[in-house]
Amino acid sequence: MTSINWARYASPVSFFPLATRLARGFGFAAAALAIVGLWLGLVVAPTDAQQGDAYRIIFIHVPAAWMSMFLYAVMAAWCAVSLALNARLSAMMAQALAPTGALFTAIALWTGALWGRPAWGTYWAWDARMTSELILLFLYFGYMALRHAIDDPRRADRASAVLALVGVVNLPIIYFSVKWWNTLHQGASVSLTSAPKMAAIMLIGMLVMAFAAWFYAIAVTLTRVRAIILERERRAGWIGDLAGAAR
Amino acid sequence: MSEFLAMGGYGFYVWGAYAVTALLLAGEVAAVRTRLKNARRAAQSGEDER
Repeated sequence: MTSINWARYASPVSFFPLATRLARGFGFAAAALAIVGLWLGLVVAPTDAQQGDAYRIIFIHVPAAWMSMFLYAVMAAWCAVSLALNARLSAMMAQALAPTGALFTAIALWTGALWGRPAWGTYWAWDARMTSELILLFLYFGYMALRHAIDDPRRADRASAVLALVGVVNLPIIYFSVKWWNTLHQGASVSLTSAPKMAAIMLIGMLVMAFAAWFYAIAVTLTRVRAIILERERRAGWIGDLAGAAR
Repeated sequence: MSEFLAMGGYGFYVWGAYAVTALLLAGEVAAVRTRLKNARRAAQSGEDER
């Protein structure tokens, strides 16, 4: 049995070609899943009895909201690893995740507003779910701004990692906000412990879109981390060869 | 087709959500590609200086 030496990939130079291949694969997978998911969500899934066609926003809103929280958790985990092991590739992964996490947060807020208007009669309310999701967006912005403000990348790694880890407290608040407070926002759409509240085809369409969003995030983040490796390791001897081979 | 675009009267909300999402994702992909291209160019020119 052959075993893979995973520690090898903690080094940017060995990780770079792997990231190139993975980004391409996940990019194609994301595009294929998005086509299937859009077809299921916009064409196959029937009109909702209560909400009409306005509910079709769910196929981007819920996956985007899931990704906004999931990417923050992954980013914070990489921050923890980078602080604990002083590993610079982990910090680069966190740095690469932040803009995509912020983007999905913005999409969740935007599509939520456009869904809220027909469903509740308002684009925005300061209820617990929406407010904590907005705070998540500001946490991403704060993380990126702090990184940007510190010139030394290793110092920026440490300072922004602490900020990201403190911000983790917001994740359970977002997730449980619909239970802890009386929110305008509805409760969880999907639960592992109870039967689905929506038609099977709607659920399948939403899950396909969620996987598309996930694979998209992996592809974009791995591409961004390649750019970050080239930017930050510019003075290393191997970087010129890598740049040449990085098609 | 026009019925599909109308989305039962909710076209503005549904397409507003989908269109802005598509624009943002396309923008991010373009930005990341440009960043990688610039980083690659800078890294290669850095090698020439040595």
